[in-house]
Amino acid sequence: MSVSVDVRDVSKRFRLVHDKYNSLKERVIHAGRIPHEDFWALRDISLQVNEGETVGLLGHNGSGKSTLLKCIAGILQPTRGEIAVRGRVASMLELGAGFSDELSGRANIFLNASLMGMPKREIESKIDDIIEFAEIGPFIDNQVRFYSSRSETRLGFAVAVNMDPHILLVDEVLAVGDENFQRKCIDKIRSFQKEGRTIVFVSHAPDLVRSICDRAYVLDHGKIVGHGSVQDAISILRDFQMAGSSLVNDPNDPLHAKAPVKLSTHHNSAEKRVLISNLEIQGESTGASAPIQSGDSATLRVGYEVVNYVPVEVILGIEILDAKGETVYRGDTATLEMPPLELSAKGNVLVRLSALPLGEGVYSIAVSLIDRHGGTLLDWKSMDNSVKVLCPQKSSGVLALNFSTFVEQEM
Amino acid sequence: MLGQQKSSDFFGTGSRVGDEELPIHLVSPRVGVFARLGSIWKHRGLLFSLVGKEIRVKYKNSFLGFAWSMLNPAMYILIYYIVFQKILRNGIPLFAIYLSTGLLVWNMFQAGVQGGTGSIVNGSALVKKVAFPREILALASVGAAFVFFLFQVVVLVTFLVIFHVAPALNYLWILPFGLFAILIIASALSIFLSAINVYLRDMQHLVELLLLAWFWATPVVYTFLTLKVGLAHRGLTMWYLLNPVTPVVLLSQRALYARVSPMGTNHQIVHVLPNFSPGWFMQAVGIEIVVGAILFMGALYVFSRLEGNFAEEL
Repeated sequence: MSVSVDVRDVSKRFRLVHDKYNSLKERVIHAGRIPHEDFWALRDISLQVNEGETVGLLGHNGSGKSTLLKCIAGILQPTRGEIAVRGRVASMLELGAGFSDELSGRANIFLNASLMGMPKREIESKIDDIIEFAEIGPFIDNQVRFYSSRSETRLGFAVAVNMDPHILLVDEVLAVGDENFQRKCIDKIRSFQKEGRTIVFVSHAPDLVRSICDRAYVLDHGKIVGHGSVQDAISILRDFQMAGSSLVNDPNDPLHAKAPVKLSTHHNSAEKRVLISNLEIQGESTGASAPIQSGDSATLRVGYEVVNYVPVEVILGIEILDAKGETVYRGDTATLEMPPLELSAKGNVLVRLSALPLGEGVYSIAVSLIDRHGGTLLDWKSMDNSVKVLCPQKSSGVLALNFSTFVEQEM
Repeated sequence: MLGQQKSSDFFGTGSRVGDEELPIHLVSPRVGVFARLGSIWKHRGLLFSLVGKEIRVKYKNSFLGFAWSMLNPAMYILIYYIVFQKILRNGIPLFAIYLSTGLLVWNMFQAGVQGGTGSIVNGSALVKKVAFPREILALASVGAAFVFFLFQVVVLVTFLVIFHVAPALNYLWILPFGLFAILIIASALSIFLSAINVYLRDMQHLVELLLLAWFWATPVVYTFLTLKVGLAHRGLTMWYLLNPVTPVVLLSQRALYARVSPMGTNHQIVHVLPNFSPGWFMQAVGIEIVVGAILFMGALYVFSRLEGNFAEEL
């Protein structure tokens, strides 16, 4: 199998300049001593993506995954090292980049496609497909300034997928747009996979990566900290996320502050001392599998099993993500200064969530158990995109908010 | 070294499988000048799209549209005509035509360099989001300047027909080469200055000032012959002619205005144009094209050195 993307010892340095001196006068005055800090967004990254593979790049915000994708796309140049990319690349990093408000949708298709390197003749032969895919219809000859941002995104996506790329670079753009369009995007990506095209996929949403990618790399602070099957990569990512979010923040306890996260590329139950055997949520006024009413209290039932029957003290963490994989809530018993839980044998931990203020939509809830002594992640489990919340209000957004108005008139 | 080693590996795997040959694109901090030329050529379609965009966007939603691109030089010509012919009485016959033959060439050069200098900064939305050879933005500014030049030529030709001015054909055929030389030099300057402008934003204003001085150092409004004696006296003729725009402006005047010593408005012979031979112009234009090509490569080299941090600096 031949290599499609070959990243060779790539490092990328950003200069964080505290005050930007962009005028001649300032440059002369501050010549040679412009205050700056070097920030290495990527350090010695080497990876290969074979032809026809779908590879995910996982990492939390600031891990460098997007920078790496931009380097592969050629938007950023690596400071050191090089990247060889074989075949035509379509990047969906920023859809509709370079659309000009003043031009019609049709003219913008030409501009955008030629920006991506498509010859004019080819654009002409594909323009009908692009217009159809974008579902813009008769508005294609209107100026783009009159398009909604969704229409603009759709148009950008339509151009990108019709590029007939050998390699597709995707970065979280799927988060934009309505559900219908998201499904269409994912369908398109799957058909690309079937056609044997190479895809590099960057996302926050582990479940999306899980459903699409063959394997994944995990980035943290500009380095590759693990790679393997998607399942392994996601657990590595969880380890890092848990470490970053709850334990490092606790400066009082030196043991916890520098908690070394064990980097296990495989989580098998033999290593674990506690297992989360079951996870379910139930709204107070609704049944077990029914959607939860917004504002209703809910009970999260975490079934656990202590291996070897040695009692452990654990920190319980909860994370709620919205459909796009953005964190809506994250908290754990340690940072919330609640007593640790003592678990032994097996049973359920009941977590009462009072008056869930979530807006209508589908959410993921993840629960993690962390050893209070040593800070290792014992186990985690998530209900990916399966927690439905119904909201009787006609508002939108992840937050269900009650508000009332009153006019206070000044005399 | 190490990269080299691996890169041969990389190409090796590709050909061993023996599937269709795909182009390999290398993203690296060092891209050679010739590789850049190749990628500019490959993206020539984009160059045309960007030029088209620049032209369409410029006058979109304006009532007079393209007419503005002609009204601007027309206004200049009118003002210079009133000031120099009517008030200062320079006595050059058909001064409006004399002026426009030089001014159009100058305008093309100036618009190209001025627009090119700001092109990367103004195109930051693209530079930050899409991968393409960035120097194309600078080239598109020069290309747009050339298209506007062509619009204005229509006006000039109309003038020539109205005033029954016949072009000098033995000079006219050199003019396209002269314009080509100007375009290369303007492109070289644009590419160079656009990269500098990312780091030193006031380059744009500096260029504006320099172009103003440059304009008056070019015989567009006055005639070369008014300066000739003074220049020769001080031994500055060579320096004056080093201005690459001057020979082409002179060529345009010689080819289109085509009167070396016509009868002036006050019924005296006026010496307007120097009597350079077609051979002299050919030589001058030839040198300019060669020098322009060298400058162009130099500009690409500087550009490739500065390009690495564009996306962050913008």
